Amino acid sequence: MTDSSRSDLEAHVDAAAKLLALPIAPAHRPGVVLYMGVIAAAAALVMEFPLADEVEAAPVFAAEPVEP
Amino acid sequence: MSALDPAAADGLTLVDAVRGGRARAREICERALARIAMRDPTINAFTRVLAEQARADADRVDATIAAGRDPGPLAGMPFAVKNLFDVAGLTTLAGSKINASRPPAARDAFTVAAIRRAGGVLVGALNMDEYAYGFTTENSHYGPTRNPHDPTRVAGGSSGGSGAAVGAGLVPLALGSDTNGSIRVPAALCGVFGLKPTYGRLSRTGSALFAASFDHVGPLGRSVRDVTAAYDVMQGPDPSDPVSAGRPVEACLPRLGEGIGGLRIAVLDGHFAKGGEPEAFAAVAQVAAALGVSRRATIPEARRARAAAMVITASEGAMLHLADLRARAEDFDPLTRDRFLAGALVPTAWYLQAQRFRSWYRAQVTAVFREVDVLLAPTTPCPAPRIGQERMMLDGVEVLTRPNLGVFTQPLSFVGLPILSVPVTTSAALPLGVQIIAAPFREDHVLRVGALLEAKGAAAAAIAA
Repeated sequence: MTDSSRSDLEAHVDAAAKLLALPIAPAHRPGVVLYMGVIAAAAALVMEFPLADEVEAAPVFAAEPVEP
Repeated sequence: MSALDPAAADGLTLVDAVRGGRARAREICERALARIAMRDPTINAFTRVLAEQARADADRVDATIAAGRDPGPLAGMPFAVKNLFDVAGLTTLAGSKINASRPPAARDAFTVAAIRRAGGVLVGALNMDEYAYGFTTENSHYGPTRNPHDPTRVAGGSSGGSGAAVGAGLVPLALGSDTNGSIRVPAALCGVFGLKPTYGRLSRTGSALFAASFDHVGPLGRSVRDVTAAYDVMQGPDPSDPVSAGRPVEACLPRLGEGIGGLRIAVLDGHFAKGGEPEAFAAVAQVAAALGVSRRATIPEARRARAAAMVITASEGAMLHLADLRARAEDFDPLTRDRFLAGALVPTAWYLQAQRFRSWYRAQVTAVFREVDVLLAPTTPCPAPRIGQERMMLDGVEVLTRPNLGVFTQPLSFVGLPILSVPVTTSAALPLGVQIIAAPFREDHVLRVGALLEAKGAAAAAIAA
């Protein structure tokens, strides 16, 4: 979905919202599709960029030792 | 106008007068409250004024001095906070209608408590974009905050109340938060100083999150020394904030006069030198000239970094509010609702690749800072747009106004760099800001450069009469 057509965006919004149990009112749907397109365009820039396998995300999670 | 009026002096001038026995904190507090009463009906920076609490705090400062005890380094300095900071006894709105039905906060946020312990007098809570998702503070629930220099224009956001309150001379100091530019954008558009410290430097405990990967808190102020004094007292480790860097206090106020000797400074080119109006780049050129800087530097892939920041922000922001998006989407601000709904539907692959890209990009930025110590870039691509303005022209191209105010701030907060936005007056009628950027945990560098610019008159807060 890196070069999303409007129908791709609409299909994604409808299916993903249903799976997530996120109701989207008809009045809100055009705006949601519009912004899904904005995010998709940004994501396309990210997804096309090659990264080596060893590049890891930097999570803040740290295992916490248990003091006796 | 009295020298003790918050519109006439910076915060530490007021503190000096209080600590030196030349003024009472109560008197300064009353002047700030009177100015808020006079100016805020136009500006709409405050969502709540805490007059009685402020008077009690000011009286406590005066009593401490009368008893011969140290009232703290910010004694009697009036300040206000973006309404996403917890204030004991007050419901934390975070710019929303939804949170208004929540119970009041039990205690002050870590940073609010630190300023009050230092003698700061909290006078109220400030307007913002709903849940911090915006750059303009055109809040549909509480009304737009207006730019103190032209009330038909936005104050910037999301800490728009914070920028406007300082720029209108209502308080010399305000706290804000910055995820993608939300301290720096309003500081620039309102003509004040705004410090976004390094990611993890200041505790976020008790401040509502937006996109936790990028959320920072920091001060906006009337002068470099005001933001520095506030920053210094807010430092310190906090085990209850999972991203707290745990570093000891590294006080910067004593170092402000050290100048810039030995600092390698460069102007950012590439992404940061195009896509804006000429006056934004003129502001950078003025600052570079004042510092004698001609060197250039490039951060590769900054545009892609902005894109990755957008993806992560959309996803994390939506996840935080998913329950309310499911149950009561109609209660969100129309300016944030559709973006939050879309953010909830971001595929995980996009999110994780954006996070992996962030690690790669951090390595590129680290390499740049091996060669230079300080970078300069515009804060916003243009002066404050009009309230309600949907589109604007940037560099001859028509773009959406609201998201594009952060075009130069997002690629930098993306990797948590410490940045001071300094106010600069150009040929434009309205103020602009220049970002002074340093390597992580080198807030001392950006503040020293800011102090020198202020001393030279190349940067100065613009306080609306």
